[in-house]
Amino acid sequence: MAGSSASQQVVRTGAGARFVIYTILILFCLYYLVPLYVMVVNSLKPLGEITSGGMMSLPREWTLAPWHSAWSTAQVGVEATGLRPFFLNSILMVVPAVALSTFFGALNGYVLTKWRFRGDTLVFGLLLFACFIPFQMVLIPMARMLGLMHAAGTVPGLIFVHLVYGIGFSTLYFRNYYQQFPTELVRAAMIDGAGFFTIFRRIMLPASGPIAVVCIIWQFTNIWNDFLFGASFSDFDSQPMTVALNNLVQSSTGVKEYNVHFAGAILAALPTLFVYIVAGRFFVRGLMAGSVKG
Amino acid sequence: MGFLDIRQATKSYGALKVLHETDISIEEGEFLVLVGPSGCGKSTLLNMIAGLEEVTTGDISIKGRSMTGVRPADRNIAMVFQSYALYPTMNVGQNIAFGLEMHGVPKPEREKAVAEAAELLQIGHLLDRKPGQLSGGQRQRVAMGRALVRDPDVFLFDEPLSNLDAKLRVDMRTEIKKLHQKLRTTIVYVTHDQIEALTLSTRIAVMYGGHVQQLGTPSEIYDHPANMFVAGFMGSPSMNLFPASVAQENGKAVAKVELADRSTVALPFPDHAEMARHAGREIVLGIRPEAITDPDGSDRNSASIHHFDANVEVTEPAGSDTFVVTHMGGKEVTGRFRANVDVRAGRTFKFAVNMDKAVAFDPKSEERISA
Amino acid sequence: MASTTDTHRDVPQRAGSDWLRDALPKLVLSPSLAIVLVFVYGFILFTVYLSFTDSRILPSYGWVSWLNYDRLFSIREWKIAVVNLLIFGALYIVICCVLGLALAILLDQKVRAEGFIRTIYLYPMALSFIVTGIAWKWFLDPGIGLQAVVRSWGWESFTFTWIKDSDMAIYTIVIAAVWQTSGFVMAMFLAGLRGIDNEVMKAAQIDGASSFALYRRIVIPQLRPAFMSAFVVLAHMAIKSYDLIIALTGGGPGTATSMPATFMYSYTFTRNQMGIGAASATIMMMSIAAIMVPYIYSELREKK
Repeated sequence: MAGSSASQQVVRTGAGARFVIYTILILFCLYYLVPLYVMVVNSLKPLGEITSGGMMSLPREWTLAPWHSAWSTAQVGVEATGLRPFFLNSILMVVPAVALSTFFGALNGYVLTKWRFRGDTLVFGLLLFACFIPFQMVLIPMARMLGLMHAAGTVPGLIFVHLVYGIGFSTLYFRNYYQQFPTELVRAAMIDGAGFFTIFRRIMLPASGPIAVVCIIWQFTNIWNDFLFGASFSDFDSQPMTVALNNLVQSSTGVKEYNVHFAGAILAALPTLFVYIVAGRFFVRGLMAGSVKG
Repeated sequence: MGFLDIRQATKSYGALKVLHETDISIEEGEFLVLVGPSGCGKSTLLNMIAGLEEVTTGDISIKGRSMTGVRPADRNIAMVFQSYALYPTMNVGQNIAFGLEMHGVPKPEREKAVAEAAELLQIGHLLDRKPGQLSGGQRQRVAMGRALVRDPDVFLFDEPLSNLDAKLRVDMRTEIKKLHQKLRTTIVYVTHDQIEALTLSTRIAVMYGGHVQQLGTPSEIYDHPANMFVAGFMGSPSMNLFPASVAQENGKAVAKVELADRSTVALPFPDHAEMARHAGREIVLGIRPEAITDPDGSDRNSASIHHFDANVEVTEPAGSDTFVVTHMGGKEVTGRFRANVDVRAGRTFKFAVNMDKAVAFDPKSEERISA
Repeated sequence: MASTTDTHRDVPQRAGSDWLRDALPKLVLSPSLAIVLVFVYGFILFTVYLSFTDSRILPSYGWVSWLNYDRLFSIREWKIAVVNLLIFGALYIVICCVLGLALAILLDQKVRAEGFIRTIYLYPMALSFIVTGIAWKWFLDPGIGLQAVVRSWGWESFTFTWIKDSDMAIYTIVIAAVWQTSGFVMAMFLAGLRGIDNEVMKAAQIDGASSFALYRRIVIPQLRPAFMSAFVVLAHMAIKSYDLIIALTGGGPGTATSMPATFMYSYTFTRNQMGIGAASATIMMMSIAAIMVPYIYSELREKK
């Protein structure tokens, strides 16, 4: 988002127009913030205040009980474990999956841009298209395959699934980034006597910080937020956070504890929101690269 | 057999032949410049010498050893790139030492070599900086330092000055020339700038369309261009090329040229015996601007100065000289007059042509007919 | 760009190390390629094959030709799902683009605190569709959400029951999906706007173009690539959308908000009609391929 705006310097707007612009922009801020406000406010009030039509008002009685309940005591499925074990499942799943897919993406991008060979564009096209297939297409055979690998319903099984379907995107990121990386540097290093891995380690990797951040954020957000694979390939013990949260909310037994649901939803959103707030500008770049060009 | 031999080398990408059979052989210590417009194959040829691109057919050898199948790193060459190709994450010292490190040179020796190169190039104070903190000229020096420490058999330069501004380019040009005179290393240098080619080289290969058009010393290339492409490409402003016909007058071979007012001027060839064989033939006459002058500005040592009157169409004062444009053989022709001559557009003025410097080309083949 | 890795011509005494050296890049790439070939393209073929078999709970290999497709298109829920996808997809793409473009243009007027506003517009994209679904599910719930709130403010007759209404529930999915994605589309257009040549706009101003004409005639036509990217991303998300529907409406009321993605899942894993599930997945695959293949092809060609 850097760089001066084209229209900023050109289009002049009068005071009246400015007022209209700011009004519209602020109204949309409210639109985007309302659901967050609803979640936060209602996670801090007793259930009674919500059911009596006070969803939009601030809590009359502030309480952290819904958070406590969502984290450690709420009934998810059969047991009253809260979301904590599932939060841990998600972390155990996300960290290796992100690390592995980023590592492979970097190597692939390096080969596809700096060690080109006949048919490399086709290979990249195949990897790229794999990012966009509807995953419904692979659910049935993947379930069979995980069974054969004795990884069905386990966290390592989920890591494997996310690695397989994450490689395409991380390759896309690194390829587009390395494509801008001067090939002359690689040639200079070759003349200096560096080999394939030395060039990668000494020349490419030290310059890959920005894209690694983008790729890690993208993979982290995607894998953390995934629901379909989690719902399809996990057992109760290995469920990720999103699946457990959905079970908590959809469970038809007992009273609907909206405040606990909201607290749970925020818990599920916190890691990605945190990343977004800390590394927002990289996040935008990552999203943009989702449109292939980057 | 020379120090660097290129024998019948070609390069093709699939069916596309980008370099046709090329033979170049240079001696140790020579400065060979490959010059030509973009897409002429000069960079491809350089990359083939470096081993960055395969030779499709033919062979390249250095010191009598065939380079086919030899990795760039094992050819004992060093290369300076157009973008300098400095490793952005390493400081200047590390950049210069990287090649030695990769070749297993121990650290104390590396440091010594870096210090020597830095001394030679006056970049000792920059060793701890990152490439991003350097100016264009400093980067250029670091890139040369990186090549120097390797003490290679052949230095390869790929348009090393094209990213510098005009002033710095001239300075660095001088510096490269000095360096070559001091170190006496063998250099192959690619450029599209014909002035660089003429000033730096001991030999020039002018390339166009994947062919070497002419290989020769700077003066051979400048004074005796092999064809109309070389004539037009080398020299600035470029050589005037205009149609003429060869005739015999009073037993002498002359070039008859039509001026803007339809009158004809006869310019005698100095080597009339040779040109007389071509009597009656249409030719393209090539005369450099500095051989078309005002009468007092002509070369006093030449016996072949001929005067004629022609209409001056445009004058372009350039400080030290004034370029004067007229028409000969239906083409615009530029002459180089002394700056203090009072010459004005729209008037008729006396021109002096030095026919010693004229070259004749065949209009069809575009090859030179005579010296 | 030239390849530097083609195998060298035979040099017998060096052949061994040369072979390894030249093959190394391909060796490094091959695990990824193998994984993708098996787990993406192999699986695609397998699923396509299953769609022609009599598979129920488990894959079975009795060939039934086009029977699953015939049955699929006679199932009422599938028709609903396809119509829903068309309604949802069209509204989702159009609203996101219009809203995204409008906000991008407004935000590009040298607005104070632009970075802050941008952050607010964009953060929903960081959330899981499950979270988005839950937030909107309860916010739109007539019992406790918007309707209850407005009534508690004194407008007793206010009614907003779309989420419980079979005819309207699909639009609540549009609302939530637009909320989640429109900020991202805004960011894409904003990047496009920032890429437009300043001098062209100055020239248009000197030619006397009004702000409106400037945007309509000069700026928006130049955003074609951004529109293309936005369309591809949104269309692809629409076809794949599953999580949001599960969290927001669960496909209901009844089957009113079924989409191909939820249909596939429920027929395959809940109703044990794997053949039909595979057939529906194949149809989804075809629609995405129809959008993505030309796009990827043109992207990769351009870069040559």
